[in-house]
Amino acid sequence: MRHVFNVRIGPIGFRVGSDWREPVEQLRELYRFYPSPNLPDFTVRLEATRPWRRWIRPSVRIAGDYTLPEAAPLPLAQGVLAAEMGMNMQLALGGRRYLLLHASCVERDGRAVLMTGESGAGKSTLATLLAARGWRFMGDEFALIDPETGLVHAFPRLISLKNAAIAAAVAARPDARLGPLLTGTPKGDIRHMVPDAIAVGAMDEPATPALLLFPRFGFAADTRGVQPSEAFVRLTQASTNYVAMAEAGFGAMTGLVRATPAYAIDYPDGATAVDMVEAVWRTL
Amino acid sequence: MRFRAPPVEALLIAELDAFTAIFHRPSGITHLLASPAPEILAALATDTLDVDALLARLSARFDIGDPRREALAARLDELAAAGLVEAA
Repeated sequence: MRHVFNVRIGPIGFRVGSDWREPVEQLRELYRFYPSPNLPDFTVRLEATRPWRRWIRPSVRIAGDYTLPEAAPLPLAQGVLAAEMGMNMQLALGGRRYLLLHASCVERDGRAVLMTGESGAGKSTLATLLAARGWRFMGDEFALIDPETGLVHAFPRLISLKNAAIAAAVAARPDARLGPLLTGTPKGDIRHMVPDAIAVGAMDEPATPALLLFPRFGFAADTRGVQPSEAFVRLTQASTNYVAMAEAGFGAMTGLVRATPAYAIDYPDGATAVDMVEAVWRTL
Repeated sequence: MRFRAPPVEALLIAELDAFTAIFHRPSGITHLLASPAPEILAALATDTLDVDALLARLSARFDIGDPRREALAARLDELAAAGLVEAA
């Protein structure tokens, strides 16, 4: 490919090849303080849908070792989003070293809070708000559980903020570096935020899972305990590779839900949610 | 009709709470079972039994909630549909 960018995010190395210069330059700028992998685990290609579409209404098709047939091409202005989607897709579909949970994750004193929920539940927002309060941001998309140790590894890729969450996160971290505002994407407005220096600097340090949270935005404040069996069902649904991981996945998942207290948290706004999370944390 | 369950080494079993998670190695399928299903699997792992013999075995060892023959037969049908028990 004409333009190539390599990056390591936590334990995962990526190589992004692109027919265009712009997305690679934007990625290089946003991931400026991230290391390069010795050997990439996954390759993402941003390709023109037709040769002439490199120039005329450029349209980016996401390609790689693993693809989903329904992944629609994106306009070139959304090239960073295409790269991020491609990187997520490679890991989600191809990752076998770790049990992957679609969850955000923050850490304090070596102990991690894992937050999972449907799109719009507030995973990214909550992790960003908690990071602004002194927690270490470990990731907003995937928590990587090592089946050998049960530890969670960080995957602090760019934080993908959507719609109203953009302003909330920028207010919490006014000095954060941001990617371009992408309007009219399949998920509305998206803006990428670079995780803070602590998150990047400590990304090779795993943590012990200490709390599982199932947040839900837009409801009156409520906290309720979740039994291990319910957490097991919710987390297998939130895992992209539980079935592929087979016995190792079963061992990691049952170990996680048996050892880690779990709560469902309904919250009306971000500030309330942060207080609720820290209140639960104090009871552990 | 007599029934049997997979041998012990074919299953990974993790008690969670009122439910037990079971990984069936031959199929790679995970099951979440409530009592008395795990007890049925344990009894049928070592011996092939008919419904009456199984009921006697379980009643002797456990306080099973519903001691009726039909209830146990229904649980066996469910386990057979899930591929965890088969008619011998």
